[in-house]
Amino acid sequence: MEYFIQQLVNGLTLGSIYGMIAIGYTMVYGIIGMINFAHGDIFMLGGFAALIVFLVLTSFLAGVPVVLALLLMMIVGMLAAALWNWTIERVAYRPLRGSFRLAPLITAIGMSIVLSNFIQVTQGPRNKPIPPLVSSVYNVFGIAISLKQIVIVVITAILLSVFWYIVNRTPLGRAQRATEQDRKMAALLGVDVDRTISVTFIMGAALAAVAGTMYLMYYGVVVFTDGFVPGVKAFTAAVLGGIGSLPGAVLGGLLIGLIESLWSAYFTIDYKDVATFSILAIVLIFKPSGILGRPEVEKV
Amino acid sequence: MALKTTMTKDPILKVEHLSMRFGGLMAINDFSFEAERGEITALIGPNGAGKTTVFNCVTGFYKPTMGMITMKQRSGKEFLLERLPDFEITKHAKVARTFQNIRMFSGLTVLENLLVAQHNKLMQASGYTILGLLGFPAYRQATKESLELAKHWLEMASLTDRADDPAGDLPYGAQRRLEIARAMCTGPELLCLDEPAAGLNPRESLALNELLQAIRRDTGTSILLIEHDMSVVMEISDHVVVLEYGQKISDGNPEFVKHDPKVIAAYLGVEDEEVEEVIEEIEEIESEQGGINP
Amino acid sequence: MANVASTTASAGTEVTARALREAVFTGLITLGLFFLFVGLKTDQNIRNELILTERWGLLATFVAVSMVGRFLIVAYVQPWLAQRKAVKAAAPEIVKGESFFSRNLSKIAIVALVLYPPVIVALVGVQGSLKWVDNFGIQILIYVMLAWGLNIVVGLAGLLDLGYVAFYAVGAYSYALLSSYFGLSFWVLLPVAGILAALWGVILGFPVLRLRGDYLAIVTLAFGEIIRLVLINWTEVTKGTFGVSGIAKATLFGIKFDASKDGFAALFGLPMSSAYYKIFLFYLILGLALLTAFVTIRLRRMPVGRAWEALREDEIACRSLGINTVTTKLTAFATGAMFGGFAGSFFAVRQGFVSPESFVFLESAVILAIVVLGGMGSLTGIAVAAVVMIGGTEILRELTFLKVIFGPAFTPELYRMLIFGLAMVIVMVWKPRGFVGSREPTAFLHERKAISGSFTKEGHG
Repeated sequence: MEYFIQQLVNGLTLGSIYGMIAIGYTMVYGIIGMINFAHGDIFMLGGFAALIVFLVLTSFLAGVPVVLALLLMMIVGMLAAALWNWTIERVAYRPLRGSFRLAPLITAIGMSIVLSNFIQVTQGPRNKPIPPLVSSVYNVFGIAISLKQIVIVVITAILLSVFWYIVNRTPLGRAQRATEQDRKMAALLGVDVDRTISVTFIMGAALAAVAGTMYLMYYGVVVFTDGFVPGVKAFTAAVLGGIGSLPGAVLGGLLIGLIESLWSAYFTIDYKDVATFSILAIVLIFKPSGILGRPEVEKV
Repeated sequence: MALKTTMTKDPILKVEHLSMRFGGLMAINDFSFEAERGEITALIGPNGAGKTTVFNCVTGFYKPTMGMITMKQRSGKEFLLERLPDFEITKHAKVARTFQNIRMFSGLTVLENLLVAQHNKLMQASGYTILGLLGFPAYRQATKESLELAKHWLEMASLTDRADDPAGDLPYGAQRRLEIARAMCTGPELLCLDEPAAGLNPRESLALNELLQAIRRDTGTSILLIEHDMSVVMEISDHVVVLEYGQKISDGNPEFVKHDPKVIAAYLGVEDEEVEEVIEEIEEIESEQGGINP
Repeated sequence: MANVASTTASAGTEVTARALREAVFTGLITLGLFFLFVGLKTDQNIRNELILTERWGLLATFVAVSMVGRFLIVAYVQPWLAQRKAVKAAAPEIVKGESFFSRNLSKIAIVALVLYPPVIVALVGVQGSLKWVDNFGIQILIYVMLAWGLNIVVGLAGLLDLGYVAFYAVGAYSYALLSSYFGLSFWVLLPVAGILAALWGVILGFPVLRLRGDYLAIVTLAFGEIIRLVLINWTEVTKGTFGVSGIAKATLFGIKFDASKDGFAALFGLPMSSAYYKIFLFYLILGLALLTAFVTIRLRRMPVGRAWEALREDEIACRSLGINTVTTKLTAFATGAMFGGFAGSFFAVRQGFVSPESFVFLESAVILAIVVLGGMGSLTGIAVAAVVMIGGTEILRELTFLKVIFGPAFTPELYRMLIFGLAMVIVMVWKPRGFVGSREPTAFLHERKAISGSFTKEGHG
């Protein structure tokens, strides 16, 4: 039982990271209907930005409190990732808006290749390990919960509330939802569609960067190929939860995290990704709109 | 006229107690009607009356909540359409349809559109591709025949000189005619047309009427069409069924329907009280005339 | 007159001012983008700790180049393009008759390809031809074949498949395993590999084909990954990440390409060289690729091929015409998979070694990119895209003279995928419909006219 709960805690932590990345996928898909393949690499980029900030802090400003360091890593990572995603949207996606649907998908895949190889070229192909940032572990009723895990879950919860508030309660969120429903109509009613889409990319990237920072802190290592697997899993999470739905993305992320850690704990760790992808396939085959997504009605 | 239709009694399509529910909305409620073989039957009604839903049930795109839809072919073979998947309704039961918002294969040429419609026939002739790939003569013969049929319908729809243009490049009226020609290439016994005259200018409208009349005259294909423009319906249809809020309010020949006060009320969109007044008036008239009322 | 001159002059200064503004803006963005990643580099020191290296000079170069580039574009390139467009619009459109070259393009290309190995051998000698036949010939042709195979699924049927590499893997492993466990020859296993891959196409395709659009894309991606992960983890059979090595070579009517005395070289009295085997492989893949093209061209004129294209245009209309969309999609999937399987078994016989490393998602992405960049459905366009993208990145390996410019530490190969990715983006933005955007009709009444890409749809599956 304790072992099981231990795995639940681990799965929840991992799921929070996936959930944060998944939101970026789901928001972009919701608003312009494209799979932003480069999003996983934005996450990786955010992790690298955090890594570099961490190194700057340790080598130039030794003795910074951990909380402040973490905060700075997150904020700089968010800024860097947001700027990258904004630029990518401007140069690679916006010119293709309204054209052929596969074209932006291809540029997105292209951008994903560009980003990971850019980091490989500029930062080197090796693993980048860092010493543990926060290492305390608490023992609650026989279950080991590390401070890292608490930080990750708490930060995810806070950010999600902020996001939920922005999307549901602010004019910006209203503009986003309007653009999502009907881009032309929204434009006619005075919504600046281009700006709204840019902001969506910025928001998604910021969350991905936080996820990247958390990932770096949790595993203590980052490498230029790290965008792909978590990216695909987060996209899986977004689809599983029902693409276009914010709560769905989080729910999907948590589910993927749980499946992964429970499968590794009780079955063979080798096939954990096979399990994740198989569950995705099964869910989609029986409920193609995902868990919280609205079913797609076929218009005749 | 009305007498004649009730006399022959050879319905090609029988819709009985059809109901369709979308969530809490009852789009079609216990709707029954018959379409006679060789006739043009029109399904009319105001916007949102549920005409297209009836169509989608008949052609298998929706599965009705309740009811029975029977298609009886010339050979006497009967099909229960509510039990067939959509493509088999066209393939086996020989019911073809068009769509309210035209569905062309816009990147294929006009001719190719008509060849795609003969898919099942050609598929068989090509030995499910294998014989065709090896260039068997039977397939070549079938190809020739399919081209002839396509040419025939191009002629009928007066599209021969646009045969090699992409379908998406045709003007609206021509696309409507092409869609009908394409449906005819499947060799249907019943042709279902969803608002074929919508958005046409008077000249295109006239061409369409001629095409429909010719289809009935030359091929004996029965036609079921949706229209909400009464003037088009009156000209070409033999039998009119009126639908409002998912229920049948009138059924008969065009002359009868035209003067049915319930239809007039539905089309004029009068207030509920006024409808009641109108109905009362009718009842008065009826009782004066024949004293049917108790 | 003076008035006109002054307005053009003021327009000129206006453009220059705008160009300056945009250059500064671009410079700032570039600074922001590259500050962390170019300005600072994470390196390991001797104690394996990460340290930072500063590269402000390089960062400054990046910013300067971007500013100058943007300035030139806004100030000179854009006005020039606008002017050219205006001139073009004003001039009457000249309808060019098709030249002999463009009419017989495919025949000329085939002849050129058949002559390619002897010409190369004549130019650079037997041993020198290895690189040109293998890296530029075989490598490109494999991608041409794969892209033509995927084209059936994506370009014709409009089904977005992001896991095509799975069928390539099935083909490669079919040959590798069946030949090493049962000792069957390449010529027996080539069709077997194709059939097995097609079978997998049907097995994987059946449950997913009712999914639409991006759902289909993501499930095919998932299946591709599942197959790769199974190959990695099912070590008893596949030997996991170590891969299967020592795969038997193909033979030409029983003649082996080895140093034995009844080997190819000895038999023809030639000095032993591995180049002959490569040349043989070149003709083999050329034949397979041409088979793919031939079958595709034939199928497009068959009812099934037309149904594929109709499916891409409008699935609902297809159903209304009595077409069974599920079997139609499955045949597209299976046919595409079959060619993937052929290519896979060729890959195995060429490398003599297969491992899951060769079948990552990136491969699927590259193949899909070639299909889309070439212009979906167009065999010529796809071949051109494969030559440009694969040949282009292969050439980077050859650019050793760049070492003279950038110093001996410069390795152009490192930039291969970076440039590949950038090229994907640039070509797509420049030509969203790919190199050949028009579609060739499969039947005609009066004359065959190419159909502009603006009419064709890309499918929603």
